[in-house]
Amino acid sequence: MEFLNYAFMQRALLAAALVGVTAPAVGIYLVQRRQALMGDGIGHVAMTGVGLGFLLSTSPVWMATAVAVVGAVAMELIRWYGKTRGDIALAMLFYGGMAGGVMLINLAPGGSNANLSSYLFGSLSTVSEEDVTAICLLAAFVVLVTVGLRRQLFAVSQDEEFARVTGLPVRALNLLTAVTAAVTVTVAMRVVGLLLVSALMVVPVAAAQQLTRSFAATFAIAVAIGVSVTLGGTVTSYYQDVPPGATIVLLTIGVFIVLTLLATPLARRRARASAARDAACTADVPGSRPTSDEVTV
Amino acid sequence: MADAKSEPVISLREVTAELGGRPVLRGIDLAVGRGEVVALLGANGSGKSTAVRTVIGQVPVTGGSVEIFGTPRRRFRDWARVGYVPQRTTAAGGVPATVTEVVTSGRLARARFGVLRKADRAAVTNALELVGMADRAKDSVSALSGGQHQRVLIARALVSEPELLIMDEPMAGVDLASQEVLAATLRHQVEQGASVLLVLHELGPLEPLIDRAVVLRDGCVLHDGPPPKAVGQHALPGHDHVHPHDADAAPVRTGLLT
Repeated sequence: MEFLNYAFMQRALLAAALVGVTAPAVGIYLVQRRQALMGDGIGHVAMTGVGLGFLLSTSPVWMATAVAVVGAVAMELIRWYGKTRGDIALAMLFYGGMAGGVMLINLAPGGSNANLSSYLFGSLSTVSEEDVTAICLLAAFVVLVTVGLRRQLFAVSQDEEFARVTGLPVRALNLLTAVTAAVTVTVAMRVVGLLLVSALMVVPVAAAQQLTRSFAATFAIAVAIGVSVTLGGTVTSYYQDVPPGATIVLLTIGVFIVLTLLATPLARRRARASAARDAACTADVPGSRPTSDEVTV
Repeated sequence: MADAKSEPVISLREVTAELGGRPVLRGIDLAVGRGEVVALLGANGSGKSTAVRTVIGQVPVTGGSVEIFGTPRRRFRDWARVGYVPQRTTAAGGVPATVTEVVTSGRLARARFGVLRKADRAAVTNALELVGMADRAKDSVSALSGGQHQRVLIARALVSEPELLIMDEPMAGVDLASQEVLAATLRHQVEQGASVLLVLHELGPLEPLIDRAVVLRDGCVLHDGPPPKAVGQHALPGHDHVHPHDADAAPVRTGLLT
């Protein structure tokens, strides 16, 4: 465990663990709403923020956060109002954000696409003291929202129309989800990079789902997987000199595959148990009704 | 409505609404009196679901007024008094959830900050018992049959102990055993004094419960009065065909984020 003696590894492991917690914690709501790729879109938009940070010589992390939040809110607004051709508007937002980032960073004094690469694919070993402070603050916000408002976010993500009738502020909660997702993207930016961040939001959740029946268990297991792969990937990259971001994502996909293989017999057994229970003849069908039922769902 | 039992719990006056620039409601009047069970009937595309969605605020009105319990909808805040069953073929989302978790989300109307007390948990158990799903409480909703999904959605609406139930095609794609359970559940609610607005494709097993029927055609009210008698083949005993809604149940969404 000699790697713990290095300050840069301590910072890297802290940042990685925080990403392991926050990315699946937000991602689960995106997957629940069937917007699994939203994180990817926000990542593209955040590139403009990174470019802007270089151009104005301010912190790229905070600038990326600001731009990602604006982009996420714009996506949410397009979802409300842009019923027709909303996907085209979103595509323009995504690729405009990406092109904007490349353009701005080349305009910046001494900037080149080489600077951008550490944000695109992560650069854990260069995480600074200042970065760690920003990541801690942003991660605290994400955990507060995703855990503190879990019942409200669950309701809105499960069935938006129904949630409206329970009196929940649906639009405010949707915006909050978008903002939280944007913040998570920038938390993860230094660790796995903007282009890979979406994987950590989605894949741990998909892997956890292979084993679970409840939302609460899916949440807990997804976070556990997230932390394991981010820490595991960081340590692996220390010993093997491989890029940490890519290592983390490949590890996550490996976990998904292993759990899927393990879960297949489990699911089969559950299906059999459930079929056995439903096969028992308990329904007393009134004589005046046809006995065949036309269930087609 | 001359025969409304007292002040209406739902009142739509001259309501117009459009979807994507196409008029769907062309000035409809609809009232549900306290303790009354009203069926909203009509063919696909007649505006039944849209009418209901103007009541809950999912579809904005372009003209006329919508009142719930005598309060204009925009200022109505007391949503715990309303139980809503949207038109769905599934209660499942993109992530596994248990029957209890889904039904509990309906309790947020009363447990505003998401803090569940003993009474809230008891209400969830009670709602599951009402629809005969208490033994499936810990199961994943994705393991349920179509009728069981519908029972879960109804339990979710009942868990806030509402005075007014709004149900959009609760019998769509529901097996006979579940239809009987749903009819019994609804009868129980009506006996307790609940008012009900039901969107139905046809009256079916709920017919004995219905006080009044409003028939829509092409966004206009065609009939408002006693439930129409079934004619022709539809009148044969035992004829209650069930229309599964797979094509028109899913709301239109933009492609990229869904």
